[in-house]
Amino acid sequence: MSLDAERRLPASARWRRALLNGRVSAVLILLPPALILFTLFVTLPLGESAWYSLFNWNGYGTPSNFVGIANYERILNHSVFHIAVGNTLKIVAVSLVIQMPLALFLALLIHRKTPTNAVFRLVFFLPYILAEVAAGLIWSFVFDGNYGVTASIAQSLGMGNVFILSDPDWAFAAIMTVIVWKYFGFHMMIYIAALQSVPQDQIEAARIEGATRAQVVRYVQIPHIRPAIAVSAFFAIIGALQVFDVIIPLTNGGPSNQTHTIVTYLYTFGLTRLNIGFGSAVGVILFVGAVTVAVFYQRIFMKRAEA
Amino acid sequence: MKHPAAALAAVTVMAGGQAAMAQTQIDVLRVTVNDEQAVYFDRLAREFEAQNEGVTVRFDYVANEAYKARLPTLLQSNAAPDIFYSWGGQTVVEQVEAGFLQPIDDLLPEGFRDTIPEAGLLAYSVDGQLYGLPQYATEVVLWTNTALTDQAGIDLDAIRTWDDFLEAVQTLKDAGITPIVAGGQDKWPLHFYWSYLALRQGGPNVVTDAMEGANGGFQSEAFIEAGRQFQRLTELEPFQPGFIATTYETASGMFADGAGAFHLMGDWDYLPMRERSTSGEGLPDDQLAIISFPAVADPVAEGGNDATLGGINGWAVSAGASPEAVAFLAFMMNAENQREAGRQELFIPIAVGTADQMDNPFYVQVAENIEASSFHQIFLDQFLGASVGAAINDVSADLAQGAITPEDAAAQVQEAWDFR
Repeated sequence: MSLDAERRLPASARWRRALLNGRVSAVLILLPPALILFTLFVTLPLGESAWYSLFNWNGYGTPSNFVGIANYERILNHSVFHIAVGNTLKIVAVSLVIQMPLALFLALLIHRKTPTNAVFRLVFFLPYILAEVAAGLIWSFVFDGNYGVTASIAQSLGMGNVFILSDPDWAFAAIMTVIVWKYFGFHMMIYIAALQSVPQDQIEAARIEGATRAQVVRYVQIPHIRPAIAVSAFFAIIGALQVFDVIIPLTNGGPSNQTHTIVTYLYTFGLTRLNIGFGSAVGVILFVGAVTVAVFYQRIFMKRAEA
Repeated sequence: MKHPAAALAAVTVMAGGQAAMAQTQIDVLRVTVNDEQAVYFDRLAREFEAQNEGVTVRFDYVANEAYKARLPTLLQSNAAPDIFYSWGGQTVVEQVEAGFLQPIDDLLPEGFRDTIPEAGLLAYSVDGQLYGLPQYATEVVLWTNTALTDQAGIDLDAIRTWDDFLEAVQTLKDAGITPIVAGGQDKWPLHFYWSYLALRQGGPNVVTDAMEGANGGFQSEAFIEAGRQFQRLTELEPFQPGFIATTYETASGMFADGAGAFHLMGDWDYLPMRERSTSGEGLPDDQLAIISFPAVADPVAEGGNDATLGGINGWAVSAGASPEAVAFLAFMMNAENQREAGRQELFIPIAVGTADQMDNPFYVQVAENIEASSFHQIFLDQFLGASVGAAINDVSADLAQGAITPEDAAAQVQEAWDFR
């Protein structure tokens, strides 16, 4: 009719096209719930912890005793925190140097689909399914120097009672054993999935060229599953930063605070002692550490693995 | 016309009454008790319900360590219990400061205060206001397996001083008997040694002085000397092997199984340790003795040798609790019900003139000890609040393992106190 109507038409057509190709509607429908959930359960608690970490607060009522960065200073000067960080790094090292090679070795042995392999996979994967607290309790019986498996072994060797978990030098080694036992199955499964996607013709080609089994692994299979290894290493590192529920039933951080990780440190010195401000500060430090690792890892290793 | 209106009114009143009835539920939260005690509390609840129509009382039990961890969160939530178990002391002060408790003086029956000794009321008072009631007093004593001490040829009556005790420990070791069982993983059983020694060394005011910062606070000579004396004991390796990975519950069962000659533990362990023993029977009474924590020959300050360490345990009333809840608390704590608990030897009631109901020689002795003591110090890990208390438990375990020096131990407690 008029120029107005002509102008309006292309606009609504554009609008309809946008709706139809789904981008705008997807944003409108999917973004709000995600945004609300993310804000409620991630951003807000993070901000709250950061705020609480500036107070000396016992968790009762509202925080009022502002202490600035005093909590952070205390943490960084606390000998137990140094132990906790050291232990966390040890778990990272053990995961990368012992757990992952072990998982890879087993994956290479049983990645082919056969009935026996299925049984082995299940057996190796079982520890991962078991709840951490249950695993901790089971192992605390194993390590018990009076009645446990350790006691029987020590007895048959003619030694006196051995109490690994109450020995400051050995308790953490025992915990790392449990952690390797608990999680190697998870990494093994990642490798098995990756190994199954290695093109069979390449392996056969290598064989025909006279490659040994070791050479096939070295030059064909491992290069192919490099992205999977990068992912599993990432899980191992982030997982190591979060180790908590295996330790509490085993040693509760003892003896003499020798077996704390960053998270059990947070729990013990922050939550159970009602130093909520202090605990929040540990949480913030852990968060910053985890994000740093994630970002750098993403930048350096994941890219390289894809390339 | 009149009748339907009246009927309607009656129905309304009844409905209203019903609604009001349904609303009065009293939630009581307590650290786990043994079966006999649970039966006792259950009976009190049913009796109170019978006397007060429309009131229901529900008891909930949570294991010791879990209770301590859960309570602060519970108190902030809508599920806060009306009445909950408490160890008195600084924890009550912190809870009052946060507004979680309510003053109950005006809600108690006339003259009720007079039935409870002043020291007990003090443990539940902040600024002269009462926020709860004590139910019983406990004392930490050396439970002794007389079969084992006889076997080693030890005269229990001769153990008066710390040196006597150390000698007895050495004699037991020489006889191939584990001198002491301890639940080191929970740490608090070890803090009894440090606390008792500090009390003996520094006198009744050692803790309150330290809280005010007198004589160097928790780094005063009395606390350091306590650490030294404790380490004199631990250097003898008196505990069962692996004691630091043993929980309190396990240790108490081990003692009842005859695995060690001494167990420094509260009188409350009498029934539970039997239930935790392998046989479920524990040691027979004629094989059990209790001796008071030994005196020290040369204390830093006078007066601590007559003091006792233990608890004044009872109940706190949370801010949202109804008047009925306070009425139930008063009912639970009335002299008659307290006397009954004494008769059944469930605990040593604190109400005035109820202790004479007991036959059990151990309970009678503890009641007499507390009455005769110059000062009854509440467990330091409870008295000083969660944070400082945990630090004390930590250093006690570290001292027991020789992981730190007495000076470091005192400094760590002081640091926790400064930053509480």
